[in-house]
Amino acid sequence: MMLVWLILIPLLGGLLAWPAARLRAAAARWVSLIAMALDLLVLLLVWLRHAGPIEITGGGRWIAMFDAPWIPQLGISLRLGLDGLSLLLILLTIGLGFVSVVISWTEIGERVGAFHFNLLWTIAGTIGVFLALDLFLFFFAWEIMLVPMYFLIALWGHENRIYAAIKFFLFTQGSGLLMLLAILALVFVHQRTTGTLTFDYFRLLGTRMSPSTEMWIMLGFFIAFIVKLPAVPFHTWLPDAHTEAPTAGSVILAGIMLKTGAYGLLRFVVPLFPLAAIRFAPIAMLLGVIGIIYGALLAFGQNDLKRLVAYSSVSHLGFVLLGVFAWNALALQGAVMQMLAHGVSTGALFIMVGALQERLHTRDMRLMGGLWANMPKLSAIGMFFAIASLGLPGLGNFIGEFLILIGTFRVYPAFAVVGTLGVIAAAAYALILVQRAFHGPPRDAVAAPDLRARHLAVMAALTVAIVYLGVYPQPVFDMASGGLANLQTATHGVLKLAEGDPR
Amino acid sequence: MSPALRASLPFLVLSAAIVVVMLLIAVRRDHRMIATVTAIGLLASLAAIIAAAPAAPVAVTPMFLVDGFTLFFLALVLVASVAVVLLSHAYLDGTHDGPYDEYYLLLLLATLGAGALLASVQFASFFLALETLSIALIGLIAYPRGRAGAIEAGIKYLLLAGVSSAFLLFGIALIYLDFGTMSFAALGRLWSAAHGPTDIYAYTGFAMLLTGIGFKLSLVPFHMWAPDIYEGAPAPVTGYVAVVSKIGVFALLLRYFVLMDGYHDPSLLRVIALVAILSMLIGNLLALLQDNVKRILAYSSIAHLGYVLVALLAGGVIGIEAASYYLAAYAVTTIGAFGVVAVLSQQGSLHDTDRLDAYRGLMWTRPWLASAFTAFLLSLAGIPPTMGFIAKVYVMTSGVGTLLIWPLAALVIGSVIGLYYYLRIIVVLFSPVRDAEPLPPKAGVSWAGGLTLAVLVVLLIGLGVYPTPVIALAHETTAGLMPHQKTIHTAEILPTR
Repeated sequence: MMLVWLILIPLLGGLLAWPAARLRAAAARWVSLIAMALDLLVLLLVWLRHAGPIEITGGGRWIAMFDAPWIPQLGISLRLGLDGLSLLLILLTIGLGFVSVVISWTEIGERVGAFHFNLLWTIAGTIGVFLALDLFLFFFAWEIMLVPMYFLIALWGHENRIYAAIKFFLFTQGSGLLMLLAILALVFVHQRTTGTLTFDYFRLLGTRMSPSTEMWIMLGFFIAFIVKLPAVPFHTWLPDAHTEAPTAGSVILAGIMLKTGAYGLLRFVVPLFPLAAIRFAPIAMLLGVIGIIYGALLAFGQNDLKRLVAYSSVSHLGFVLLGVFAWNALALQGAVMQMLAHGVSTGALFIMVGALQERLHTRDMRLMGGLWANMPKLSAIGMFFAIASLGLPGLGNFIGEFLILIGTFRVYPAFAVVGTLGVIAAAAYALILVQRAFHGPPRDAVAAPDLRARHLAVMAALTVAIVYLGVYPQPVFDMASGGLANLQTATHGVLKLAEGDPR
Repeated sequence: MSPALRASLPFLVLSAAIVVVMLLIAVRRDHRMIATVTAIGLLASLAAIIAAAPAAPVAVTPMFLVDGFTLFFLALVLVASVAVVLLSHAYLDGTHDGPYDEYYLLLLLATLGAGALLASVQFASFFLALETLSIALIGLIAYPRGRAGAIEAGIKYLLLAGVSSAFLLFGIALIYLDFGTMSFAALGRLWSAAHGPTDIYAYTGFAMLLTGIGFKLSLVPFHMWAPDIYEGAPAPVTGYVAVVSKIGVFALLLRYFVLMDGYHDPSLLRVIALVAILSMLIGNLLALLQDNVKRILAYSSIAHLGYVLVALLAGGVIGIEAASYYLAAYAVTTIGAFGVVAVLSQQGSLHDTDRLDAYRGLMWTRPWLASAFTAFLLSLAGIPPTMGFIAKVYVMTSGVGTLLIWPLAALVIGSVIGLYYYLRIIVVLFSPVRDAEPLPPKAGVSWAGGLTLAVLVVLLIGLGVYPTPVIALAHETTAGLMPHQKTIHTAEILPTR
């Protein structure tokens, strides 16, 4: 039941925040903060209070589980489960949720209630995605998180927001319908072999099907997830959506929502279709490597700061794709770490860009330069996260990329070698960002104020997080290993059969 | 009480209501009273369904069959009609173009026709019911005589109804010529004994029959009339045409198709699949080009009928259930969407408020109405947590189960296109109000209209989050239409190892 509250609290908070804004705008903000705090509390309670791991045959160990009938005629139930992987991602979600509310404090001035409603509902949908263990419920949550995000972009975004919002929605919804078809196909194949109609994740694990069927169904899931990730060639919605979204929208989008794609690959694509995934791995990893290099090159070529950060996301998530399909303990740990570190560092970069835009009314680097003189705090923090983003040792991103590359090297050395080039390209775009925006002679005597206390507090928290991830990642590995073991037990037997596989 | 009499109670109550309303009009013209009596009559008929349910299934004369299937859809039709009556009252009250009383008489007659259509198991009753429905509809569509658009729409519908009836009649005659029976069931037996149509007459007959039904359901390529009539008719009537008349005809098609055992005729399946694919694609594509909310909804309803056809093609228990749930979702959503248009339409104006521009910034001027409209649009687009989402998933489930690859592909593509124009309306609703433009006068929403919309939204989201009651009901009632669990004939295509 606690797991249900995890989703219900943001939903109720959203319903409360809308009318609360009629009293005072600040009321909606406080309601949102309190909802996030309660959610965090519930998560910690679930985590600390659990009596012992719940064993699911063939599905590993879980921290907490919830199951209730929903649409019994179709074999659909409200099945939620929390393991180490989901816990880390939900922690990230709630953390960035806090951050989003705080940084919107001054940025969002109109329709405050509706804004927080949409923000909280997106967060609720995302938490639902990370918890759902019924494929229908998963799809339900997947869709629920889209609509409020669409509104966040379309209503509070920048100049070209309608175009970006519609593009975002069409890409994700179109691929989502493909995934729905794939889910239904899987369910029917399962029904044909076993005679029961069910959407339950654990029951669907290990469904027997012919290789070509498995490949087709796997592709349906795969496309939906890599559109969300995003991987080349489905990444084109991302720069537009990021650029036009309000800062909080970008933070949620990059920090959390992209992770749902990676999570889907981890939780569903490989465990449900292990053989197809192995056969498909070279292509998937190729897409990952292309994403790494191409994203980095495009990031280097941007003048718009937000677009730069957006393309750097494409590059970073290419690493995640690489790590997922390498499917060994090192690479998977790396992928999880990369997801968390990217969430923190990219979130911080978007906040930095948002703060700049609020002050300078532009995101164009050609109009910047020499900001350090005026805004030393903002510039220092910006440089710190740019460097985190390029993968400096001692910070979280380095750990993630390093592990992914080592893990990949064991399986497909060539991809690892090319992927490493991406790290160099990352240095190029991160340093050019610092160079063009913060260093050099000041362009104009812009008397823009530096970061204020609220932003500084957020940035400080994010800084602590990224340093912690980089210096002492062991607790995260311990936590994730439980969840990753769940995934690997599901594929273990099958993969053993696959001859000559180095995993 | 004999079972047949008991089973036909809802129809008898409805017929009695017609007589009562007619007499009341003769005694005293009072808009509010007539509307109230009409609503009570419909609700009484709805209540009579509960009494009739234990008696079903029972044949009422060789022409009608009252079974769970009939009663499920009758309930749907009656609920939709009540909603239309409530919306109409506020709408007509403002037109100052009275008298309005005969409007309700026509509405009841049309509902009786649609109800009889649901129970028809024979060509004669089918035709009779259809004409009762269509002729009443002509009157309803052209009811606001002061509006040129309404008169035009009425005449168009008259011509259309005439043409499609002619097709139907000639088709029926040709089939009768060949098989010598009018009963669907007998026809089905002869048909499967003969392994399909025997000669050119029967083929032509079936083709004409399908053409006539295609016209009534406004499926592509028989869809040309829909946008004009939807635009011209008064908004509550548009909702009625889009929902009640289509549910009636579709349910009949479903029954006919099952009784005829059309699932064993590949050529027939192919034709219907083609019509479904065209309806989904062309309906959605043409909607992209419109700037009028009623026209957009007209094209969208063409596409939606295409979606339900996928469920019909899938067949089997799950196909019938999917179609039933889909039509329920479609009814709630479509009545709701046209209800919003009706509530917004200015009193006494020559047009409904249906230009897209008129909806700009509605979210900030009339947030409740705009929220409701957003919910209806999201349901039409198939986004959770609405009935439209569950309905679409249900239809896709039935389609995947029978491997209808091309119709499913068209469904996915159509849905994505559809999303674009629904989002377009939503974007307009949420856009900032232009300062230069004078705000439309904020007319209050009548309590009946507001209540109807509120109930529809609650149903839409309630049954979208927890659809089990409707699915269970459909399972118990409409699924009985299927004589036996269909074995899926495509098992070879999807190898299982």
